Amino acid sequence: MGHLSSDNRARAKAIVACYPQRRSALIPLCHLAQAQDGWLSEEAMEDIAGLVGCTPAEVRGTATFYDMLHTEPVGRHVVTVCTNIACMLAGAYEVLDHAEASLKISVGQTTEDGEFTLEEAECLAGCDNAPCVQVNHRFFGPLDADGFDALIEDLRSGRLADTVPPHGILSRVDRNVGLPARAHRLGTVAGKQSGAATGAVPE
Amino acid sequence: MITRAPRIVTSRVELPDSFTLERYLATGGYEGLRKALSMTPAEVAAEVNKASLLGRGGAGFPAGRKWSMLRRAATTYLVVNGDESEPATFKDHMLIEHDPHQIIEGTAIAAYATGVELAFIYCRGEFALGFERLQQACNEAYEHGALGADVLGSGYGLDIVVHPGAGAYICGEETALLESLEGKRGFPRIKPPFFPAAVGLYGEPTVVNNVETVSNLPWIVSHGGDAFTALGEGSSRGTRLFALSGRVARPGWFEIEMSKTTFRDLIYDPSLGAGIPDGKSLRAFIPGGVSSPWFGPEQLDLGLDQDAVGQAGSMLGSGSVVVMDSDTCPVRAAWRIARFFHRESCGQCTPCREGSGWIEKIMHRLEQGLGREEDIELVLDACDNVSPGLGWPPKQTTICVLGPSIPSAIVSVAKLFRDELLVHVKDGVCPFPPDKVRRG
Repeated sequence: MGHLSSDNRARAKAIVACYPQRRSALIPLCHLAQAQDGWLSEEAMEDIAGLVGCTPAEVRGTATFYDMLHTEPVGRHVVTVCTNIACMLAGAYEVLDHAEASLKISVGQTTEDGEFTLEEAECLAGCDNAPCVQVNHRFFGPLDADGFDALIEDLRSGRLADTVPPHGILSRVDRNVGLPARAHRLGTVAGKQSGAATGAVPE
Repeated sequence: MITRAPRIVTSRVELPDSFTLERYLATGGYEGLRKALSMTPAEVAAEVNKASLLGRGGAGFPAGRKWSMLRRAATTYLVVNGDESEPATFKDHMLIEHDPHQIIEGTAIAAYATGVELAFIYCRGEFALGFERLQQACNEAYEHGALGADVLGSGYGLDIVVHPGAGAYICGEETALLESLEGKRGFPRIKPPFFPAAVGLYGEPTVVNNVETVSNLPWIVSHGGDAFTALGEGSSRGTRLFALSGRVARPGWFEIEMSKTTFRDLIYDPSLGAGIPDGKSLRAFIPGGVSSPWFGPEQLDLGLDQDAVGQAGSMLGSGSVVVMDSDTCPVRAAWRIARFFHRESCGQCTPCREGSGWIEKIMHRLEQGLGREEDIELVLDACDNVSPGLGWPPKQTTICVLGPSIPSAIVSVAKLFRDELLVHVKDGVCPFPPDKVRRG
């Protein structure tokens, strides 16, 4: 029995089956584990390793490369302030300084009540709404200090629960079509794939 | 000049339900694919060749030529690059969120033309809403019969997998993107082989096209390559999406006929950027993403044309234009760009990994007024170690072009704004007002 719930295990297998080589599902499965737990625990990485056919160290080695994958626990809301050029020119550092003061934490920290983690991001491609902020990967902006406080208040009160899913949820939509990719390809190029990286997912 | 060119990739994006299958079908969706399937793959490729469509990701490589380089093999792949992360570029983000079916249709056309049966759309992880909409559109396309074992009853079989990234600028580099898609750290691959068309995903020949590039394909197939080349001039044909940001009254994306419109039109025309707010004047602008050398007011009348901008010593790159006004500290802007590259360097190559850090530190010192006059030469020397000669196009000491992109902003400041640098040194403080959020 792995760390992922049985529902998520089924979803994980469906994801793995979309790819000609299992290892390709590593990042999608990290997102799935974060959707379940909010972050990537040691147990989750072990489970993913088994599902994609690599070692837990390889999962960690990959995950630590990517900003969105958290190998430490984070708050219920991960607030990410972009300070790259377009947002900076629109006053992003003023917003970030205000965010630190009003949440009483520094970039990289989580509030004591576990509600908010503050991050500083590189360009989020929201420059037409600079300065822009993401909360659990959902966009807000342009924001000034007052706008930031109002956003935090809305998050605390739960008023944004419909637009901002709990942290870790990348997608509220699953692939709902079967697994034609693999069946289709294995039918046409059987035997071409390297054994170690493909094949049935172990229970 | 602002022309009345048709909107090729943004025709429906402002409709509130633009991302739904219903709206897509009601506005001519999947007709381009239907027409393509009535032609041979070679005929479709010939039409795209005729259109002279340049890749819209940043390098501007002709899309038709890229396809023709695909090595013949039993298994080939198509990967659509939706990992848009070049600072101040936000056009693909908009296309992914507002017209995902157009991307899927374009992907299907490209796959058919190149004989691919399994395609991937790599969507930047931070575009969570966009990923959901792409996934939803993909599900709907299967249900509609536009994807699957028998695409629109043609007998051609195609599967598309929508794949999420997880936050890394470098994964926009095509070989890093393939590594990421294989479930690894996003390390660019050593060249040669230079092109994934020879050795790509899982070692098989792979075409990598940008989201905006494939979004053009339904229109090109429907209207013909000649209709596309009727727009623009020289090698820059059709329309292109430009992302305008910074100190400008109306930041946003604009689909514009290539070549004919100038930077001045883009920044000042009331229907486009509408000028610089608060009575300020233009100090400089970045013409094609932060990897490109900056331009000053004297380049405003250049056309939005790949060759013209290249000859003027910069690049149209990712199509993002950042405006700096008279209140903008150019040293601070260059420092922030250096900081970005330092944070996003993947760490494989020493010149980039170490160089970006030292360049960032020296620029920060200069911006804070703590620098010495020699620091200007020192930072240029550090840049020269990353890209010898500091010329354009830049020389490369690294596996990928992230490293050689670092000096662009620094050299621009040293060239255009040496006086401002010296004032920082002499006064011991930044002479410009701090960045403030504009209110009201």
